[in-house]
Amino acid sequence: MFPERIALLSVVVLGLIVPARAASIRITIDKLVFSPTMALAKVGDTVEWINKDALTHTATAQNGNFDVTLPPSKTVSSVLKKAGTVDYYCRFHPNMKATLTIAP
Amino acid sequence: MFKRIGTTIVMLCLTSSVGLSQGAKLSDPQIAHIAYTAGEIDIKAAKQALGKASSKEVKEFAQGMVRDHEAVNMQALALVKKLKVTPEDNDTSRALSKQASEMLDELGKLKGAAFDKAYITNEVAYHKTVNGALDTQLIPSASNPELKELLQAGLKLFQGHEQHAEHVAADLK
Repeated sequence: MFPERIALLSVVVLGLIVPARAASIRITIDKLVFSPTMALAKVGDTVEWINKDALTHTATAQNGNFDVTLPPSKTVSSVLKKAGTVDYYCRFHPNMKATLTIAP
Repeated sequence: MFKRIGTTIVMLCLTSSVGLSQGAKLSDPQIAHIAYTAGEIDIKAAKQALGKASSKEVKEFAQGMVRDHEAVNMQALALVKKLKVTPEDNDTSRALSKQASEMLDELGKLKGAAFDKAYITNEVAYHKTVNGALDTQLIPSASNPELKELLQAGLKLFQGHEQHAEHVAADLK
């Protein structure tokens, strides 16, 4: 009984102390288009890059913050490490452009 | 040297003027064959370039052509299999292949910067021709909606290639 209470209490306390769990956002690539073209996220969030094309793409930040290779018909996850508004593009198909705003 | 450049220019003009047989409406099996052949031609040209090109930018362009055209052709093969369509050889495919093989021979004689320039100039012309054909003949003629969709997606991709080739060509000047 007692240990259970402690356990319960710890869960509650931890729940209060641990910051909100990092979120996951999805960015889809379909027919050479990033969607949504503008997305919001926070540092620590995970981006799930869902490549629906049969082509290899990349999500490459203009400012060098990230460069993720996206194999055809695969989903790749990457964690956002730096804050800022990042314009990114596909190195292989530079007409593909989008923006990701990463809050601190 | 001038003679060589002259010959190359003649070849380019030929490539640019590859007319798809006017009049007779193309069937889906013929369209599939033309689209696949056009992709194969660009892959072969790119593989030649990977062996011969001296400019890093040209090599990267050629790598992109192999990567994208192989991917699209794999998709095309999967689609014709699914639709149980057998691609059908035709005059347009044969004309494209013949001119492409002549171009490969011609480019094979060039080296260094001359090769880079001739290859990329031909890529601009070739993509223009193929994109024009897709836009005005192959896509409007395609009956099957999935084939049409694949060709439309291809056109968008190849328009990007055309821009990329133009960009590389401008950088070489």
